[in-house]
Amino acid sequence: MSRTVPGTDQGHEGNWSIPVKNVIEQGAVRKFADAIGDANPLYRDVDFARHTRRKRVQAPPTFACTLDYGVLAGVSLSDAGLIHGEQSFRFARPLFVGDELWCSQRLEDVTTRTVAGVATTYHVVLQTGVDGDGETVFTARTTVIRRGGGGVS
Amino acid sequence: MALPERGQELPVLRTEPVERIDLVRYAGASGDYNPIHTVESFAREAGLGDVIAHGMLSMAYVGRMLTDFMGDEAELEEFTVRFRAMVRPGDVLECHGQVTDVAAGQGAPVVKVQVRAVNQSGETVVKGSAQLRYAPID
Repeated sequence: MSRTVPGTDQGHEGNWSIPVKNVIEQGAVRKFADAIGDANPLYRDVDFARHTRRKRVQAPPTFACTLDYGVLAGVSLSDAGLIHGEQSFRFARPLFVGDELWCSQRLEDVTTRTVAGVATTYHVVLQTGVDGDGETVFTARTTVIRRGGGGVS
Repeated sequence: MALPERGQELPVLRTEPVERIDLVRYAGASGDYNPIHTVESFAREAGLGDVIAHGMLSMAYVGRMLTDFMGDEAELEEFTVRFRAMVRPGDVLECHGQVTDVAAGQGAPVVKVQVRAVNQSGETVVKGSAQLRYAPID
């Protein structure tokens, strides 16, 4: 099926990846909450969640970074030489267990600067999660840094 | 429901020491298997000396401070951090937050918070900001 993602026509660094459907699963959320040491029942307990104003089990905000955003064509950012510089999220609502989100990403900017005599490249990636009604649930912006040469390979 | 006040400090969240097994667990739970976080020999060859924690793990600790503070009263609207220093096995992080602004207009109160995480030496490892939305949901 074809889906449009906001911003595709703005003509910046690259195109949006083909959106990938992500289902937010209870098991994955619980494992993630455990891994960040967060015992909040909001992330695990249906009965607890029923008495909250959203009435649904949620995922921790940074769970968004675990989702599959599809492939950035021609871009390889999985190299070990990369360091995470900045991270930003903007949420229209929390993430819920059971959410089916279409996630996509785009390389927004690549800049190389010399820092302390070393060529340092900053990659800015935009990510988005859109629900089945086409509403943007969240956007994320990630800056990864490569020290000592090479841009995006 | 009482809104937070400008200048108010959030309750400090102090982590347990970040252990190697925590990084392995976070790698599995997040899908971030970059070996600089889990394989010492790899991290050494990469010039890091030893494994370093995932930046997103530190951000998650700060996020936990925020969600603990908000409870069911508010929701996270915006959350931004800059990773300032590496976190290594054995480090203990303290997450701090302070309300910098309360905008109560339009029946949609937004509370801005400045956040940071510092290690046991007092070095800031994460610095950023967040916006908490106290508006009723529809």
